[in-house]
Amino acid sequence: MATLTIRNVRKSFGAVEVLKGIDLEAEDGEFVALVGPSGCGKSTLLAMIAGLETVTSGEIHIGGRMVNSVPPKDRDIAMVFQSYALYPTMSVRENITFGMESRGVPKPEQNAAVERVAAFLQIEPLLKRKPGQLSGGQRQRVAMGRALVRDPSLFLFDEPLSNLDAKLRIDMRTEIKKLHHSVGKTTVYVTHDQVEAMTLASRIAVMHKGEVQQFDEPKTVYARPANLFVAGFMGSPSMNFIAADVVEAPDGRSAVRFPMGEGVEAVLAMYGDYAGLKPGGKVIFGVRPEHIFRFDPDLSARKPGIATLDAPVEMVEPTGAETIAILRFGAQEIVGRFDPDTAPGMGETVTLGIDMAHACLFDPTTERLI
Amino acid sequence: MAEAMSDSAHWDAEASRARRNHFISRVVIYGLLLIFAAIYLLPLAVVVMNSFRSLPEIAEHGLIAFPRSFEFDAWFDAWNSFCLNGACEGMRGNFYNSLWMTIPATIISTMLGALNGYILSKWRFKGSEILFTCMLLGVFMPGQVALMPWATILGSVGLSNSTAGLVLVHVIQGISFTTLFCRNYFVAIPDDLIKAARIDGAGFWRIFYKIILPLSPPILIVTVIWQFTGIWNEFLFGVVFTSGREQPITAALFALAGNQTNVREYDVMSAGVLIAALPPLLIYFFGGKYFVRGLTAGAIK
Repeated sequence: MATLTIRNVRKSFGAVEVLKGIDLEAEDGEFVALVGPSGCGKSTLLAMIAGLETVTSGEIHIGGRMVNSVPPKDRDIAMVFQSYALYPTMSVRENITFGMESRGVPKPEQNAAVERVAAFLQIEPLLKRKPGQLSGGQRQRVAMGRALVRDPSLFLFDEPLSNLDAKLRIDMRTEIKKLHHSVGKTTVYVTHDQVEAMTLASRIAVMHKGEVQQFDEPKTVYARPANLFVAGFMGSPSMNFIAADVVEAPDGRSAVRFPMGEGVEAVLAMYGDYAGLKPGGKVIFGVRPEHIFRFDPDLSARKPGIATLDAPVEMVEPTGAETIAILRFGAQEIVGRFDPDTAPGMGETVTLGIDMAHACLFDPTTERLI
Repeated sequence: MAEAMSDSAHWDAEASRARRNHFISRVVIYGLLLIFAAIYLLPLAVVVMNSFRSLPEIAEHGLIAFPRSFEFDAWFDAWNSFCLNGACEGMRGNFYNSLWMTIPATIISTMLGALNGYILSKWRFKGSEILFTCMLLGVFMPGQVALMPWATILGSVGLSNSTAGLVLVHVIQGISFTTLFCRNYFVAIPDDLIKAARIDGAGFWRIFYKIILPLSPPILIVTVIWQFTGIWNEFLFGVVFTSGREQPITAALFALAGNQTNVREYDVMSAGVLIAALPPLLIYFFGGKYFVRGLTAGAIK
């Protein structure tokens, strides 16, 4: 059974430290996504798990075995590359069998394995072709076939979908999820696309500047981001951030206050346990676009903790499924996500409901979630 | 309607004038090109014609004249029986010397270049870039600089005045070029292929044979052509490090031209020059299109 444990792993290239003490673990059969902007160290970390990069310090364990000095071929892993890395001079069949060939697996066994994987991925008609004769999606399948045929204990994916066009990417995303369901192997998946991470992973590690910012289930990472970076990175359009003062609401609850322009100030009462908040303090108030909507008294009966305020609409961007509106909150532009049927018009001043149950507060100095 | 007719007639006239101008300009361009080509080819034509003329005829009508006779005597003479360096065996021995020098030197230097290029592009190590830069200096170093050191080395390893010695010299002198060619070509091969192969359990040599070499024919052909023609045509080392029967054909050609007998045998000299020029010509003839293709293939991958 294959668990993956990473303990205080560091990596330096010369004087530059690209990974600053990474701790992660994946349970057997788990799907962990490493997500972050480019240059955050996620691909380096994956290469270190694969054994393609050396570990400067710290330990990597696969299936309980310390693998720091084990060569890639002996780590019982398979990897799918962003470029697919199919061997261009070999046929699809040879691409898939190359690993077994290198290991001296007997021919009949190789053939059986190829048949099994080709049937599973529905690539039998392609076996005789060269990679150059395949479409992007087919190459992707072959690359997965090459990984699957090894039947490894750990799958590594390095941004496998970023070379595909938008539609195919969504199809293949579903395929990968199905694949993981039916194979059930521990998987580490690197991506810069937070939607991929959200849809695929059982846990997400958000990385930034060589550190893991948060490692948790997708819904926790999304709803309770550990800090400003995670909050801004996960979700599209991003969470809105407003610098605010902590005040006491008329009913005694904590509230946030921020200017709305022309001398008007908004006071929004928090919902939930914010006993630690001291009036007079400063916070950063974060609210996701989907938690801003046209106020409706019926809704507030069902959803507790809705605060209201009036704001002018600067710009409206209908996408079909939803309408994105840019709202003016004093000096700041705030993005709201509306149902197309109830979306405000451009120039309208709309009474907004804000779902304070989903709002986040961050400490302005540490940038951490309060 | 009538207006439209005259309008179209006007345009027709315009079009035919443009066609005529285009035709004239083509004639001028191709005419000039033909003249330049003729000037360029004239020396070759003179040599080819002289190789089939008899010596008395050349003496009578001058070096530049159309052949009045057609015979192969000069070719047989040059190959078999012309007296060079005190032996009347023609140039065939020197021709074989050149072959036995050029073929092994080309193969060995190309293989070493491919291996060096593979290491310097895909298995970088601390200082490999510096090493590559040092090897590059060899590309710019003129051959005569190495004459004295080579003379010493060949003497001390007992390979003076031998084809094997020249093979050694040309292999070493050629490594800079072959390494440069191969390394720059291999750099364009994605590193992910190597990583995938390492995970697949392939080692240094297996990756080289199974992944790198099958991708390399374009650059290997370029390197082979470059090395073959370069080594075949090389003169300085041949004339300095060998003498008499051991000389490669370029050196023999020089001896042939400088032969101080009473008459200059222009027919035999012409045939000799052509014999010496034939192998590189054939190589270009059969490999030329790969040569051009390979040079550009390296640039755009």
